[in-house]
Amino acid sequence: MISLKNKEFVNTVIIGVLSWLVALLIFFPILWMFLTSFKTEIDAFATPPSLFFTPTLENYTLINERSDYWHFAWNSVVTSLGSTFIGMLIAIPAAYSMAFFETKRTKSTLLWMLSTKMLPAVGVLVPIYLLFKDFGLLDTKTGLIIIFTLVNLPIMVWMSYTYFKEIPKEILEAGRMDGANVVQEIFKILLPMSKGGLAATVLLSLIFSWNEAFWSLNLTAFEAAPLSALVASYSSPEGLFWAKLSAVSTLACAPILIFGWLCQKQLVRGLSFGAVK
Amino acid sequence: MSDLTIKSLRKSYDALEILKGIDLEIKDKEFVVFVGPSGCGKSTLLRTIAGLETATSGNIIMDENDITDAQPAKRDLAMVFQSYALYPHMSVRENMSFALKLAGIGKAEIDKKVEDAAAILKLDPLLDRKPKALSGGQRQRVAIGRAIVRKPKIFLFDEPLSNLDAALRVNMRLELSRLHQELQATMLYVTHDQVEAMTLADKVVILNDGRIEQVGSPLELYERPNNMFVAGFMGMPKMNFLDAVVLTVANDKVTLQLLSGSLISLARSGLKVTEGTVLTVGIRPEHTVLSKVDSGLIPARIEISEQLGSESFVYVKTSANETMTVRVDGEHPVQSSGTNISLSVDSNKCHLFDGNGIAI
Repeated sequence: MISLKNKEFVNTVIIGVLSWLVALLIFFPILWMFLTSFKTEIDAFATPPSLFFTPTLENYTLINERSDYWHFAWNSVVTSLGSTFIGMLIAIPAAYSMAFFETKRTKSTLLWMLSTKMLPAVGVLVPIYLLFKDFGLLDTKTGLIIIFTLVNLPIMVWMSYTYFKEIPKEILEAGRMDGANVVQEIFKILLPMSKGGLAATVLLSLIFSWNEAFWSLNLTAFEAAPLSALVASYSSPEGLFWAKLSAVSTLACAPILIFGWLCQKQLVRGLSFGAVK
Repeated sequence: MSDLTIKSLRKSYDALEILKGIDLEIKDKEFVVFVGPSGCGKSTLLRTIAGLETATSGNIIMDENDITDAQPAKRDLAMVFQSYALYPHMSVRENMSFALKLAGIGKAEIDKKVEDAAAILKLDPLLDRKPKALSGGQRQRVAIGRAIVRKPKIFLFDEPLSNLDAALRVNMRLELSRLHQELQATMLYVTHDQVEAMTLADKVVILNDGRIEQVGSPLELYERPNNMFVAGFMGMPKMNFLDAVVLTVANDKVTLQLLSGSLISLARSGLKVTEGTVLTVGIRPEHTVLSKVDSGLIPARIEISEQLGSESFVYVKTSANETMTVRVDGEHPVQSSGTNISLSVDSNKCHLFDGNGIAI
């Protein structure tokens, strides 16, 4: 007979081990990429993979010589921040009206917005490319900001909507009775009350924009190319490139990874929205 | 502090009509209570006056200004919500000063007004707390304080005491009465609790199914209800209704026969009824008396008794199988269930209703 306390302890241990296993499984590719970035090209290519090797920084120095990391990083920063800012500017009023002035069509509008995410991006590549060409947006940061905003907007509206829904309508009505106009109502009551959730929305949008590759690769060449495009430029049809690719990927992932790690509290709350109440 | 006139106000949501033409006059400094069963439209009426709902048709006029389509902020009304609706991210002081800040009033003046209101409501020691750290009663006082600081033309209360426990509710009720006297303000108050309506109101508005059934002082409604709905709604326990047939009509007197066969004569003149008309006799539990078998008017049997200490409610079945409630003094010994007794009624306190439930 195991006592209840022991049983609880065993359960905790099992759950703990399992969580670590799952976490390791998910984290493993990143860890492997990180390790590979310090190998020589020969070590990186070796089968079976070499677990013990002499670390070298040659990949990083080579990348530093061959391409201007900061040019691409700056493009990533500008496009991520820009698209997130504009996205929130649109998402907050949209979610506000949908959450507090619901009509018969609100639910279906939300679903329709989300359904655009189910469309394969390549399906609209040609029309978007032509539009970008006609408007002179190819290889511009403005163009990337526009496309990132459009791509992330459905999720931003949906998330903000969910957070706003948790706020009792009466509190906004009390604000209205107290003399607040719509702008004051949003800035002085709604936003302070949902800042945790909105922070998560901002974070997610930053991460999605930072990691976006499809549109970045197709709509930019060099001038506006973000880090994801830089990573792609290191893969080549011949020769050994795994170590260099790993190094440049590590450089591309590092800022957003560190950023996400610093803000993980908001992220967890953001990603588990609806589940915990 | 203002007069408010409501003219044939209607409110519909698509095909569903909630307010079916409300006409009402509210005078300065009156405490008016809207009371009625759930879904009668009382909250919608209050919210339409507040401007939180738009009227479908009709007019709301305050001091000769038509405010039917004005923004809530422009109406100069303050509202206390059932859920308190405090701003959770602000301290008590910030909650109370929010409206004043929006109105662009200077900091020194705001501080003074907030402290005055806090003193009235005994909130002084709580001013720097967040709503989260307050009890239900304290939150409600903050919500009231938030309304007081603004010195609005009219105070609106939407079931403000429903979320409080019974003892606190009685306290807050008294406090609201005191506040009304102190502030000399016009107050509109929505409740489904007739005790709140009776104790607080200068004027009670009874609503049912989107219409006003009767308007009057609490005692007027209690003593002279217009119809069976009002008669049944006001008074605890509910008024007893007995079917009866007119037996004889004289100049100043009408004699009725109840289902149990008993005859009852009421002193009434000018009644437009003829012999054989079916009427309903209404008699309140407090005007019904229990007596020994065969000594009273209606033979009955005791079903259940509820003893509350100061008084007891005895539920009986008459010989015609009608259920009646009798209020007896708490000191009066209550007989056990199944005991045969008889009931006497005070014929001066009987109400008569016609076939449509209208008082005659």
